[in-house]
Amino acid sequence: MSAQITSLTGRAWVFGDNIDTDVLAPGIYMKGSMAELAQHCLESVDPDFARNVQRGDILVAGENFGMGSSREQAGQALLELGISALVAKSFARIFYRNAINLGLPALVCADADKIRAGDTLSLDPAEGTLAIEGGERLSCEPIPPHLLAMIADGGLLPHLKKKLKGAAA
Amino acid sequence: MSMTLAEKLCAKAAGVPSVTPGEIVTAKVDLAMVHDSSGPRRLVSKLEEIGADVWDPSKVVLITDHYVPAVDAESAAILDLTRKWARDTGVEAFYDMQGICHIVLPERGHLKPGMFVAGGDSHSTTGGAFAAFMIGIGATEMAGVMATGEIWVKVPPTIRIEWTGALGEGLAAKDMMLKLCGELGMGVGNYKAIEYTGPAMTALPMTERMVLSNMAAELGGKVGLIAPDDVTLDYLRAAGADVGDDALDWKSDPDAEVEAIHSFDATTLNPQVAAPHSPENAADAEAHDTVKIDQAYIGACTGAKLGDLRMAAAILGGRKVAPGVRLLVAPASARITNEAAADGTLAVLTEAGAILMPSGCGACAGYGAGVLAAGEVCISSTARNFKGRMGHAESRVYLASPFTVAASAVTGHITDPRAFLMEKAA
Ligand code: SF4
Repeated sequence: MSAQITSLTGRAWVFGDNIDTDVLAPGIYMKGSMAELAQHCLESVDPDFARNVQRGDILVAGENFGMGSSREQAGQALLELGISALVAKSFARIFYRNAINLGLPALVCADADKIRAGDTLSLDPAEGTLAIEGGERLSCEPIPPHLLAMIADGGLLPHLKKKLKGAAA
Repeated sequence: MSMTLAEKLCAKAAGVPSVTPGEIVTAKVDLAMVHDSSGPRRLVSKLEEIGADVWDPSKVVLITDHYVPAVDAESAAILDLTRKWARDTGVEAFYDMQGICHIVLPERGHLKPGMFVAGGDSHSTTGGAFAAFMIGIGATEMAGVMATGEIWVKVPPTIRIEWTGALGEGLAAKDMMLKLCGELGMGVGNYKAIEYTGPAMTALPMTERMVLSNMAAELGGKVGLIAPDDVTLDYLRAAGADVGDDALDWKSDPDAEVEAIHSFDATTLNPQVAAPHSPENAADAEAHDTVKIDQAYIGACTGAKLGDLRMAAAILGGRKVAPGVRLLVAPASARITNEAAADGTLAVLTEAGAILMPSGCGACAGYGAGVLAAGEVCISSTARNFKGRMGHAESRVYLASPFTVAASAVTGHITDPRAFLMEKAA
């Protein structure tokens, strides 16, 4: 039985609508290392983000987060910076898949705009709930168990590796 | 329960009687398509990491198109690795330098209605023209598909785009599509299935319908579906696919719930041109007629099929490319080159002054020959004009139909092609 992520707590960073993959992983830094690329993650909308983000923080956004190219580096950069989960009103299709496949939980929450920067959030991806400390409880679309199992394993490739090993044993 | 075409295709792939939008299911993949850029060079290490082999080489189609023919040592190495992988894994459906993946796949009879197909390219939505649920995915995902033959999908809600009326002379599916990008924007289809309907759509031949499905990607769509009809079956049978009449059952139930219906009238449509740097910047060609061009490009999966070359020939017959302008033509596949040679289309183009290029992605994504210098302006029959895509970051690309690209090549500036066609008829 895979480990399950039951809840996650972290501090919120809040961004707007249509944050694209070029803002997350700027093309000119794509040839460099992931550590370097991550330092430029979101810099065109918040130059201090990469410097101030802390391990475990949660990124909150509006509509169509991650739109644009299919580059997996967009999600990888957020992971590199220690982002533990994403909450948005909606995600761009390929980005959403890449995030989950990379082991980064992505929650769709229609009320994401009620979250303020710096709020402490507690997420339950399995239940589909989000609690703002000292504030409201918001409902999200729950992430189904088989995808949570994949996230808990660290993403699609580690998950498959484990599964394939299990099958061979 | 009533279902849309997208829902029926997902249910079949998941092996369940019905699905509802938002539900996440595990789909069995009927076919996986990769090319030289997204394929072996990205997959080998990932498959090694998880210690897996290709689940079923008979369900893999591998195509070289992005880096052909090799222009430097790096592209030659990528192609070499691709060819060796085909040999080592026993993938028989390997098309080496036969044309662009989205064209070769249906042309060689690999697609049919009801299939679930994973494609390692964002324009994989093209397969939707054949009522195949064909989606574009990233490299890690494709490694997962190659290892297991399965993929998770979130069943999309459907938005219907209906084209009423009839297209006028000198207009093409590219004009319809650019109009949609301009009117609906590039996020309208996000996480949704787009289904095209209406008399102006069904009047189109398959190769034109493929433009609508291909550029569903520009609307953000997961798939760009078109229900099959006799036009579809005729195309597929000619391509050697084994399809029965029951393939016609792949269609949305009349009372299936869709999220939105967008209706457009083809009769009043004017030739469209999308200004740099987004397909969303579409407007009537006329609005851009002061824009001078350096290069005209007829190429890519959306813009260099036999029908596209014929559109260009209809304009270029008896005319010449303007001095100082270069017209590059890269037929989308080897088969198309042969057909266009046999029916005289190629000769019309080259006599007008067009330079014939190899079949492949070429200049479309800036990988191959024909890229632009800083400050140069190109009018192109391709699907995307993002900043720097066809060469230098300071080059400018306008998107248009092959009619409009050819007319602009003749005049040297962006030109509504209809005047030329009228002149001819007179
Ligand atoms: S021709 Fe252009 S759009 Fe089509 S597959 Fe090649 S690079 Fe992509």
